[in-house]
Amino acid sequence: MSDRPIIRVAHVVKSFGKVTAVNDVSFDVQAGEIFAFLGPNGAGKTTTIKMLTTLLRPTSGSLELDGLDPATHQTEVRRRFGVVFQDPSLDSDLTAWENMDVHGVLYHVPRRARRERSETLLRMFELWERRDDLVKTFSGGMKRRLEIARGLLHTPKVLFLDEPTLGLDPQSRNQMWTHVRNLNEAEHVTVFLTTHYMDEADRVADRIAVIDHGRIVATGSSAELKQQTSTGSLEAAFLALTGTTIRDESATAADQMRQVARVWRR
Amino acid sequence: MTVVFILWLRELKKYLRSRVQIVASLGAPLMYLGVLGFGLGPVFRRAGEGSYLQFIAPGVIGMTVLFTAMFSGFTMLWDRQFGFLKETLVAPVPRLAIMIGRTLGGATVAVLQGTLIFVVTLIAGFRPESLLAVPLAFLVIALIAVIFSALATAIGSSLKEMQGFQMVMNFLVMPTFFLSGAIYPLEGLPRVLGALTRVDPLTYGVDGVRGLLIGRTHFGVALDVAVLLGVGVLFVLFGAWRFSKIEA
Repeated sequence: MSDRPIIRVAHVVKSFGKVTAVNDVSFDVQAGEIFAFLGPNGAGKTTTIKMLTTLLRPTSGSLELDGLDPATHQTEVRRRFGVVFQDPSLDSDLTAWENMDVHGVLYHVPRRARRERSETLLRMFELWERRDDLVKTFSGGMKRRLEIARGLLHTPKVLFLDEPTLGLDPQSRNQMWTHVRNLNEAEHVTVFLTTHYMDEADRVADRIAVIDHGRIVATGSSAELKQQTSTGSLEAAFLALTGTTIRDESATAADQMRQVARVWRR
Repeated sequence: MTVVFILWLRELKKYLRSRVQIVASLGAPLMYLGVLGFGLGPVFRRAGEGSYLQFIAPGVIGMTVLFTAMFSGFTMLWDRQFGFLKETLVAPVPRLAIMIGRTLGGATVAVLQGTLIFVVTLIAGFRPESLLAVPLAFLVIALIAVIFSALATAIGSSLKEMQGFQMVMNFLVMPTFFLSGAIYPLEGLPRVLGALTRVDPLTYGVDGVRGLLIGRTHFGVALDVAVLLGVGVLFVLFGAWRFSKIEA
């Protein structure tokens, strides 16, 4: 791994009107790492990914991806990452092969390389036999695998996976993470992922950051987070760090104070 | 250029695979052609205006192109809702290329649908005055398609929810059609209605197609084409501007 972080986020704030979605967030991701960005619903994970992937500009602070600012070097940054969004982004009226082809053209991958790489990736993700089928006939797991394969077509340095296993059965989730792990080892692609499944993060991530109410509340390996919180599992550590309030509703003032107190205790 | 082509091709493939959409979009034009074309024919003839089928056929083609082109705005909302738009927005390509690819794709689909209706009008008994003028009429049809496809892109870029499209249909598309002179002559209209028809771009499109296909024009084909070109440039610029402002 190189010393220079491939992703650098420094004191980033993102506000939407009076709502501050991301509040003074800082972290680094090293090249080749699998980095899990965990947090409850509405914690600021997707907003952070959107800023790193050029879809949103930060209100203040700075971001870098491979040494480039996503806000000012959009095109160069976009060449360097692949992304699987939280919501599906495939064209279900096209075939798997056509989805790959459209992506390849959008990322200026030459025709021959496009074909070869598409074949390699579709075989790797066990979709080769279904390449000429319309995506709308695929299962949820197949669609997710195709999205990851597509995101890797232009050989990105960083792959963003925003809750890629949401709604998948355990078999599909297991298979997908095996693919991601293999890919990380084979192509040294940096993986930046978010998930609500703590066992997945525990299994695949080299390092983890936990965000809550727009602020980073802990970073470290899974073992370090367990140690910090004196818990036996990553899920218990996560709950200790972020509380048990359901985040689709506002957390109570007492709950927020407890969380601040936990951060201060460390 | 390849980016524009692949996005254009995508729209075309989706259209050709959607047989339901093709058949469903024939419904309204067939109704206008059948019910109005034949129903009002005798009245129109008695008024000394000749064959109403000959008169209304270019209007129905214009209507088809308008509806289909505006529908491309709905497909953009669909892409926004179901994610494909994000895939294009994070790609390292200029948004202008994406917008042009989508707009040309929507326009091509609208022209194809217009061609289908043109064939239907021929089967129903419509006869162009000169076959040589048919390709020229299709150039005007293509202009109509680009104008409304660009407008649809602008609207699709501004709306965030699919429900908004119903409002667009009721308050923009239907008035555009009814004010265009597609189903009635522009001569002798009340002053306000006459003024409204003149600010409707489709009026010039239908008038141009009618002028070329049956030799009956209110403004003259040259003026029609000039207005369409001007509005086309404006709407493409407007669509590009709105598309550049999309936040995923």
